[in-house]
Amino acid sequence: MSKSRTSEVLKEALARVAGTDELAQLDDVRVAYLGKKGALTAELKALGKLPAAERPKAGQQINAAKQSLADAIEQRRQTLERDLLDQRLATETLDVSLPGRGHETGSLHPVTRTMELIESLLMEVGFAVVRGPEIEDEFHNFEALNIPAHHPARAMHDTFYLPGQRLLRTHTSPVQIRSMMQDKLPLKIIAPGRVYRCDSDQTHTPMFHQVEGLLVDKDVSFANLKSVLHEFLSAFFQREVKVRFRPSYFPFTEPSAEVDVDAGNGWLEILGCGMVHPAVFRHVGIDPEKYTGYAFGMGVERLAMLRYGVTDLRTFFENDLRFLRQFV
Amino acid sequence: MKISESWLREWVAFDADTQALAQRLTQSGLEVDSISPAAGDFAQVAVGRIVSLEGHPDADKLSVCQVDVGRGEQLQIVCGAGNVYAGMYAPVALVGAKLPDGMKIKKTRLRGVESRGMLCSARELGFGDDHSGILDLQGSGEPGDDLRALLALDDQVIDVDLTPNRGDCLGMEGIAREVAAAFKVDFRSLSVPIVKADNDQRLVVEILSPDSCPRYAGRIIRNIDCNAITPLWMRERLRRAGIRPVHTVVDVTNYVMIELGQPMHAFDLSTLSGGIKVRRANEGEVLTLLDGQEVALDSTVTVIADHDQALAIAGVMGGEGSGVQPDTVDLFLESAYFDPRALAGVARSFGLHTDASHRFERGVDPTLQERAIERATQLLQEITGGEAGPVVLAESRGDLPQRSEVRLRKARLALLLGTDIPAEEVEEILARLGMPAKLEQGAWTVAAPTYRFDIQIEEDLVEEIARIHGYDQVPEVPGSATLRIQPRSEERVPISRLKDLLVARGYNEAVTYSFVDPDLQSMLSPDITAIALDNPIASNLSHMRVSLWPGLLTALQTNVSHRQARIRLFEYGMRFIPQGHDIKQDYVFSGLISGRRYPEQWSAGNERVDFYDLKGDVESLLALSGAHANFMFNGDPHRALHPGRCAAIALQGRTVGWLGELHPEIAARLELVEVPQLFEIELDALTLAKLPEITAISRFPEIRRDIAMLIPEAITAAEIEAAVLTDKPATLQSLLIFDVYRGDNIDSGLKSVALGLILQDSSRTLTDKDADAVVADVTARLKKNLRASIRG
Repeated sequence: MSKSRTSEVLKEALARVAGTDELAQLDDVRVAYLGKKGALTAELKALGKLPAAERPKAGQQINAAKQSLADAIEQRRQTLERDLLDQRLATETLDVSLPGRGHETGSLHPVTRTMELIESLLMEVGFAVVRGPEIEDEFHNFEALNIPAHHPARAMHDTFYLPGQRLLRTHTSPVQIRSMMQDKLPLKIIAPGRVYRCDSDQTHTPMFHQVEGLLVDKDVSFANLKSVLHEFLSAFFQREVKVRFRPSYFPFTEPSAEVDVDAGNGWLEILGCGMVHPAVFRHVGIDPEKYTGYAFGMGVERLAMLRYGVTDLRTFFENDLRFLRQFV
Repeated sequence: MKISESWLREWVAFDADTQALAQRLTQSGLEVDSISPAAGDFAQVAVGRIVSLEGHPDADKLSVCQVDVGRGEQLQIVCGAGNVYAGMYAPVALVGAKLPDGMKIKKTRLRGVESRGMLCSARELGFGDDHSGILDLQGSGEPGDDLRALLALDDQVIDVDLTPNRGDCLGMEGIAREVAAAFKVDFRSLSVPIVKADNDQRLVVEILSPDSCPRYAGRIIRNIDCNAITPLWMRERLRRAGIRPVHTVVDVTNYVMIELGQPMHAFDLSTLSGGIKVRRANEGEVLTLLDGQEVALDSTVTVIADHDQALAIAGVMGGEGSGVQPDTVDLFLESAYFDPRALAGVARSFGLHTDASHRFERGVDPTLQERAIERATQLLQEITGGEAGPVVLAESRGDLPQRSEVRLRKARLALLLGTDIPAEEVEEILARLGMPAKLEQGAWTVAAPTYRFDIQIEEDLVEEIARIHGYDQVPEVPGSATLRIQPRSEERVPISRLKDLLVARGYNEAVTYSFVDPDLQSMLSPDITAIALDNPIASNLSHMRVSLWPGLLTALQTNVSHRQARIRLFEYGMRFIPQGHDIKQDYVFSGLISGRRYPEQWSAGNERVDFYDLKGDVESLLALSGAHANFMFNGDPHRALHPGRCAAIALQGRTVGWLGELHPEIAARLELVEVPQLFEIELDALTLAKLPEITAISRFPEIRRDIAMLIPEAITAAEIEAAVLTDKPATLQSLLIFDVYRGDNIDSGLKSVALGLILQDSSRTLTDKDADAVVADVTARLKKNLRASIRG
């Protein structure tokens, strides 16, 4: 054995390593040179036949050759493994534009969306949400609101009647009456919910939704009402809107106003409001000399129509999925 | 109320164009609904006089007219209308004229006869819809006069949407008064001369119902010319006010109503017997009204009667037998004040709404009656001649509305408006509104004008001041009310979470009507008698819902008809269940699913939804309570659901909801090929939430042991759970049923149930021996309690 023999073997082995293109082949090479019966292992075994003085040097040479070969094999193995992975990845492709599995997302009704927005905006300034019955009586729906029987204003409320002197509330104002009779002052509430009028055409449905607000406290003024509604409407429409307060008439407020918003191409009537009528306060046992209050009310569908570009009120209640799914 | 702008301008001199006027009206509380021209856009239409006419040689229905159009010019015009006559004054569209519909008038030949112009109907000129014949100008103007100028057609009709409190503006005089106040210009009421009586003929008027009619003025007019026709100017004003010409006498009373706001009635004197009695109707008294309707009266109704019978419903409508006829020559005119409270609801009870009832219900000035009757007499005599008797006035002063004295405190005004308006301005506004007053001891005391029924309390005056001052002049002042944080319980699930969860699971929220089809509803809830509406809008929307299912099923049908393959709907709302004399009105949360389990998609199969799809959704809702295990699903029957595929949802032993498959019979009747799965849960139960209370997490590993048992078919999963988990070994943490198998190798009547037992101890690692002991315990319980055996 000689130094040249060892390097011959190493050279030959490295060449075979470089020539492998599969991991199994590479392992064959490792076994052929570094295995128990491998060529370099055999050289090591043959060291004993050398003169003692040559053995350390020859041993060093063989070990160095084994190390070089092992490194080369490891490097080659990494290369082959990477190639293999690259090959696999190259075949493992998806059409990522195909849709994913499972449920599609549903939708909230546009009236709910709008009502939730109104509620959350007003709750931010301290209004609490209050609810009440939808089947009401004459007292809460009309009389306590200063609308006696046969008042011409009742003609504005085409009322659904039920047996037993009952009716379907024509506005959510009865909730205000109930709150004023039950709760402690000051009172700052909104009453959202369904209301009913006996009327049906393109611009009227027999059921629709309102949100009404009420503030009763000391020294509440019309100027406060103007401020809160202007702020609310700007927040709702997400722009600084121009609003117009215009005298109107409701039996339960005095002074009364209707509020229009500048829609760019004209004024749009948005809500009705006013200062709580003293007769209403007296019906619920509040002293109008001590307390004043404002009230306002708006139709949710009307606001939803403006917001979403709905043109026919009736579509809100047809529950056509082709309509509902647009509110995801 | 429709206002002719040119008429208004005759009455009050204000400096503003139409738009500014409309804005001002709206801003002072008289909302302008629309502005429309009094006539269409046309030019070169002149007055023509038909000199002569003859039939067309080749067409039966055409006439060939020679028409004088002034300046010595005579035109030959062929006309198809039947009402032309020699001497008729009619509008002529001259050659070159353009009519509102775009038609251009040219010289033409009609069936070989030359025609140079066109005789026009009212509709062809864009005013009114009368197309029955050529507009008869009744000799007005001179041939060649421009029609627009003659009829003052360059006018706008302003339609004001009056609120019910402003009865005073239901006449031009009231509108003029309001406009004058708004523009701060002078107002003068119409001066009406008193017509001297030509004789002393009168009818005795007795008021027997002074509370409903405290004031009644009447007058006889004899020998009118029943052939006299209503002058064109009056017809035009009536037309612009939206009133059709009827009869010359009625046109005059209508005109006075539009002008002054006083509704009037004219009787044919020859039909009256004795005198006039204003009284309550007798029970069952019958009257045939002008519209031909025969009505039965009662004592809530005030009538105008003679000595024999009722003649008219006071303030609403006259009777057929006593009204003026084409040949009426002797009249009895009525101008009365009826109390709004007495009249309230009367017209409506007969399905009527008349110009008169509209005004009396809102309040007519109780001082207006004599002026109105004098004005009507004056106009009638001008048009029809006739001899007037004296005005007979019956009155019950004590029953007339008392002019209320109202006090307005300056401080109260400032408090309510949130701004201080100078005293001088307040006084000017009050004066212009007919309530002059001076500030004394911090307040003004005014007497409300007789025509203002809506001014009764201090706040009414606050509104008057504010609206004339201008609502836009009131500043915006943020409120100083203290903001309090609203309490919000964590032991309630917010409704929005329930909704959001179902939306995430692919549901679309529906909103359906609270009244439903009674047939559908009784199919679903045959045991509940729903509340019926007295006046439903349609028979299929006539009963209050006792469940949200009828509405949801209707929505399902709609969507099935639109070929929707996968339908998932939910709704949240009230149901209305009668309970004795009371009605339970509570919120429920309901939903349904139908069709495909998953949206149609490349990797999805075509499975259809079943009970367990819905149950999964319902369980996810219940899970939000944090106490899912408190809810039990019991296999109780429900009339609307498949008896083997439905469950009652119970909370602490009380049924709070239902879920299941629609009963196949009902599905068939609704023509639903795919049977939906439905749920409905009381909101109160669904929103109860348990505040999380945590237990420490064990540091020791968990062991799982699986066993397969043969269990009789009738034993439910809930019974298996109960058998295993009641007094369970301490280390048994939970039980999983991970497979249920029937079929090959399993005897019929049995099922193979695979159970996973999850074991863990909080203080040590469990050994196989520990696990074996638990498995043995569980197996023994199942054998003993459920007649189960280990699957070999």
